[in-house]
Amino acid sequence: MTEIQETLLPGVGVRHEFTTSGGERLALLTHRTGRRELAIYDSDDPDMCRTVLHLSGEDTIALGELLGASQVSETVRRMQRLEGVAMDWITIASTSPSAGRTIADGDFRTRTGASIVAIIRDESTVPAPGPEAQLDAGDVVVAIGTPEGLERLQALLGT
Amino acid sequence: MILASPSSQLATSFIEIGAVALVLAVLARVAGRFGFTAIPLYLIAGLAVGEGGVFPLDVSHDFIALVAEIGVLLLLLTLGLEYSPAELRHGLRSGMAAGVFDAIANFLPGFAAGAALGWAMPAAVLLGGVCWVSSSGIISKVLADLDRLGNRETPAVLNLLVMEDLAMAVFLPVASALVLGRAFGSTVGTIAVALAAVSGIMLLAFRAGDRLSAVLDRGGDEPLLLAVFGLTLVVGGLAQRLEVSAAIGAFLVGLALSGPVQHRAGALIGPLRDLFAAVFFVFFSFQIEPARLVDALGPAALLAAVGIATKIGTGWFAAAQAGVGVPGRVRAGTTLAARGEFSIVIASLGAGLADGERLGAVAAGFVLLTAVVGPLAARSADRLATAIGRD
Repeated sequence: MTEIQETLLPGVGVRHEFTTSGGERLALLTHRTGRRELAIYDSDDPDMCRTVLHLSGEDTIALGELLGASQVSETVRRMQRLEGVAMDWITIASTSPSAGRTIADGDFRTRTGASIVAIIRDESTVPAPGPEAQLDAGDVVVAIGTPEGLERLQALLGT
Repeated sequence: MILASPSSQLATSFIEIGAVALVLAVLARVAGRFGFTAIPLYLIAGLAVGEGGVFPLDVSHDFIALVAEIGVLLLLLTLGLEYSPAELRHGLRSGMAAGVFDAIANFLPGFAAGAALGWAMPAAVLLGGVCWVSSSGIISKVLADLDRLGNRETPAVLNLLVMEDLAMAVFLPVASALVLGRAFGSTVGTIAVALAAVSGIMLLAFRAGDRLSAVLDRGGDEPLLLAVFGLTLVVGGLAQRLEVSAAIGAFLVGLALSGPVQHRAGALIGPLRDLFAAVFFVFFSFQIEPARLVDALGPAALLAAVGIATKIGTGWFAAAQAGVGVPGRVRAGTTLAARGEFSIVIASLGAGLADGERLGAVAAGFVLLTAVVGPLAARSADRLATAIGRD
């Protein structure tokens, strides 16, 4: 975990700083007004900010969203980089014979080699569902397995 | 009373005040253009419209004097509003050594200069104060303009400003008691009463400040502005009654306000302060004869040279304590060199002294020089540091 250092700036606000894995020192200055400054320290004079970015409240939200979103996709990409392992989102079709039945009923693990790691139902998520968990039409299951296994699972659930 | 004056006199007053305000507007704009504070220009403008100046004014001095006094209260109020109790405690804990160094290294040259000029003790003490306090207004502007708020030496600089703030809460009442010029025993008594009152109000401010802030925060902007303005004047007036100095009363009101109301009040009072404080600066040099300032320029320049050097030393010490390298120490020192609004406030305390006018003239010259040279030095700090590094 990155170690973040906090410094109080009387009359101005607060400063958080940390060293990136690349060795660069980064600081985020939060003014009391909500304005922020993103600063990178100079490599020759480590006490001085080399580059300072001035961000309004809106800029901060935009930047935060960009960083947050790319982090999610980065995590997924990393999982997909595992040799031979893939991840997929499969929507249960109303025509699927598995709709209304439990995971144990479908015996998917044995039949496809793929594991169901989560069920997304409306806005909520059921993480790591047990064999008794029921699948309904319209649910989205998140599954991990070989690409071939996921294709077989798709055939069982999606049609 | 202006409203009771005959209409032609009223017309003259309006035109004169308006014309001065327009000139100040141009000066503030010029100062902003070059990234300077407008205070030195206001002081020069005051000289021009004062007695013996180029355009002497007819406006009632009582009226301007009152507005100028309110300007001082608002300057001190916003200074108190600047910091939350948590920041003051933090500053006190981490800035103690540097604060003591600052006080000794910068008070003494001013005091010695006053003594060397043959002034009585109170005037010399005030000149010590003039030389001691950096201008938090100029410094925060310089730090923001030069993108140095994130720098490693900046917390040391800001903590030093907090320390000076707190030190003023003690220095101003002591100086005001000395100015009264009573016998030794009576002066000690006045100082004791003043300090007891300050600690009393401060304790109350920290204890009940939250409740006061919560009550004030409920209303809209207009009632808040009036309430803070009224409270400042009432507490300032009461402090004056106790011979503590009204300025300290206003400062403590600022300290007492915390949380959201602190920032709201700061934003509301800011423009009002700028208006009244501008009158204060003009009025300050308005009372100085230009010939006096010319006489004072020699001592002022000498004191400015010493005062800038001792502030650079102070910044160097404070930054070194925070583990900052040589370039950062030079940046901290040069940033701190500027004196401004509070030096003028301190000098104005001595207006009634025998050496009051000479004190005012030296203080004006000193502030003029340091307020201009300080930011320039801060701008070229890194070149200065390279030069030092080469030696």
